[in-house]
Amino acid sequence: MSKNFIALLSGIIFGLGLSVSQMINPNKVINFLDIFGQWDPSLAFVMMGALLVTFISFRLVLKRPEPLLEEGFHLSKRTDIDKALVTGAALFGVGWGMSGYCPGPAVANLGSGGFEAIIMVLSIYVGFFSQKWFSNRNS
Amino acid sequence: MLGGALIGLSVTLLLLFNGRMAGVSGIMNGLFQAPKDERIWRSTFLLGLIIGAIIFQAVLPDFFTPRQGYPIWLVAVGGFFVGVGTRLGNGCTSGHGICGIANLSKRSIFATLIFMGFGMVTVYIIRHVL
Repeated sequence: MSKNFIALLSGIIFGLGLSVSQMINPNKVINFLDIFGQWDPSLAFVMMGALLVTFISFRLVLKRPEPLLEEGFHLSKRTDIDKALVTGAALFGVGWGMSGYCPGPAVANLGSGGFEAIIMVLSIYVGFFSQKWFSNRNS
Repeated sequence: MLGGALIGLSVTLLLLFNGRMAGVSGIMNGLFQAPKDERIWRSTFLLGLIIGAIIFQAVLPDFFTPRQGYPIWLVAVGGFFVGVGTRLGNGCTSGHGICGIANLSKRSIFATLIFMGFGMVTVYIIRHVL
């Protein structure tokens, strides 16, 4: 089994999970974020369901000296809370609230989510490249 | 809960076999930025996301219909902010919210609280102020 096949399988299960949980539905996401209006708290259980699994599984997996198909785990070792993290997370939150899509559901919707998903994914890439261009210019 | 557990299973697979944290924004970004031999698994993962959603819709076609009539400029500008923000902050809902929190990363816990908070304030302003 190659790493590319595992990634495909992982992506399929992720896409199924986003669909089953309705994270893929931008209206549902916006209703989840609308705590002062018609709040729909059900998506909080999606995160809880995922964390219930990963809290246990990550501990077991990371006990291993290395992953099954790769030399070493690719983990971030950073612990600092800097201005970029705070600004970035805030901007992401604003964009998420405006559109109702975070990156996973945006991509998963490309197959059948219509025109909106295409615009969303293209705009995310414009954002990626703009940020890169801007940080290169400033360094 | 079931959908969330599937997402948990998916990110566990990628960590156990490939040693990677399944952060979707990072995987998307690397599709055009990472070294050439690091791009194939990223494209198969993203393709898998699309296939998973298509399989679900083939089985339960009435479950979800695409949103109609939502202002497209909110999607375009929102997408731009999502792109810039996830690069600056090194992650999104999956990378920080699920992988990072499971790993008890202080950065991820902090980032998740911030993007949830700003998402809620943004929806409040759009729905109840404007």
